Amino acid sequence: MKVAVVGVGCTEFGELWDKSFRSIFLEAGIEALNDCGIEGKEIGAIYVGNMSGGKFIDQEHIAALIADHAGLAEFGIPAVRVENADASGGSAFRQAFMAVASGMHDVVIAAGVEKVTDSVDPMGVLSTSIDQEWERFVGANLPALYAIIARLHMHKFGTTEEDLARIAVKNHKNAVHNPKAQFRKEIKVEDVLSSEFVAEPLKVLDCAPLSDGASAVILANENIARKLCDTPVFVEACTQASDYLALQCRKDLLTMRAVSKASRDAYRIAKIGPEQIDVAEVHDSFTIAELLAYEDLGFAKKGEGAKLIREGEVEIGGKIPVNPSGGLKACGHAVGATGIRQIVELVLQLRGEAGKRQVDAEKALALNVGGTGATAVVTILSR
Amino acid sequence: MVPRFWRKIKYRYDVVGSYCENCGSYYYPKREICPRCRRRSKLRDEKFPDEGIILSYTVVNSRIIAMIGLNNGAKTLAEVCADKVEIGMKVKKAFRRYGEEGEAGIIYYGTKFVPI
Ligand SMILES: [Zn+2]
Repeated sequence: MKVAVVGVGCTEFGELWDKSFRSIFLEAGIEALNDCGIEGKEIGAIYVGNMSGGKFIDQEHIAALIADHAGLAEFGIPAVRVENADASGGSAFRQAFMAVASGMHDVVIAAGVEKVTDSVDPMGVLSTSIDQEWERFVGANLPALYAIIARLHMHKFGTTEEDLARIAVKNHKNAVHNPKAQFRKEIKVEDVLSSEFVAEPLKVLDCAPLSDGASAVILANENIARKLCDTPVFVEACTQASDYLALQCRKDLLTMRAVSKASRDAYRIAKIGPEQIDVAEVHDSFTIAELLAYEDLGFAKKGEGAKLIREGEVEIGGKIPVNPSGGLKACGHAVGATGIRQIVELVLQLRGEAGKRQVDAEKALALNVGGTGATAVVTILSR
Repeated sequence: MVPRFWRKIKYRYDVVGSYCENCGSYYYPKREICPRCRRRSKLRDEKFPDEGIILSYTVVNSRIIAMIGLNNGAKTLAEVCADKVEIGMKVKKAFRRYGEEGEAGIIYYGTKFVPI
């Protein structure tokens, strides 16, 4: 059964001091329901991406809380939380997609939510996505592992710190036109290069911020979708792959094998190749992650990712615009909400509702990655 | 937290990994199943080489953390005790203190590496 996204909603991403976990979820959910004009009781199931309610705000049983606070416990609508580190949102989207594709449900909601800034050590919590016994024990954290990858990429392929900085600069430039973005401010290459080291060679401005935020999308089967809206966006493929959790177990440190496998599967199912993708939202938790995505998604050959940023091909107006929303770097990274936030952006792009950051696109790709790449979810959408 | 780290002491102190007699692969950290052979795995503990080279590294919280390629082809992530390192530098293992836990002050030891 064909599945379409019929409604999207997203809160502003950032330090939302004045809003609670439950209220940001509600804000995104109501926006998505209003977008397609359906009633809560028509929803068959709820899938919520959330990385670490337990550690960030001491709250588990997130899905039930959300069903309750959204008034949907009244109808007994089943809700489940999906956890895959910062690929939780993408994974929740995939569960929702499968629920509709299988015919089990006609309409479902896929959402993501994370309240990060109430925590005293958000980067510590984010680093629970890496191997605690063999990576964290020896003093590594999430940025350290990406830094090891970045240094090796530079050593082997001649990628430079300036190349990585240009990715951050591009994403900040795009975010200026995104009303939901955390940083709507341009930066320069020199700003990135002169920012403090987090883990050499990665600097503060190579890293996505940790943000609060929530996002929600409504999925429906094709028949219902066509009745509900004039501009359904179809899910052509939604695939997921795993890799070894610890970096040291991977044969090739410079390839995210889960990304290349999930994308190959997605291209095969959607019957297209990477050259037919018109716009992409990828997981730039660190600038090097976006660079690897260019290569592992097939936009560039292995080792040649830097060319795309040097030649402007990934800018809006280039051959393959990447992260028109501003990406995780500038739109913000509300961890479990990010994967759904990427879908929201691509749906707006495909509908032609992206305002000043609009790309002319028929086919779009989202890549949501967990940790250093042990989980990857790839979604291909078309209008 | 104590049992959690003590369980792995042997593997941390001596860089003991796994060798699969069925396919000849080396794994670090130790595995309970060979990803190539799975049900046909024939894994045994094996003391890994003391020497390797730095494949890549970072400096985080004033420590050098490196990916080290051991001489049998396996990789291990560890701290390197040196003022300065570079990719390709030869290193050998050294038994060092890694950290301590809470007020009880239980000290964790493990393998670090030093330049040869
Ligand atoms: Zn084997």
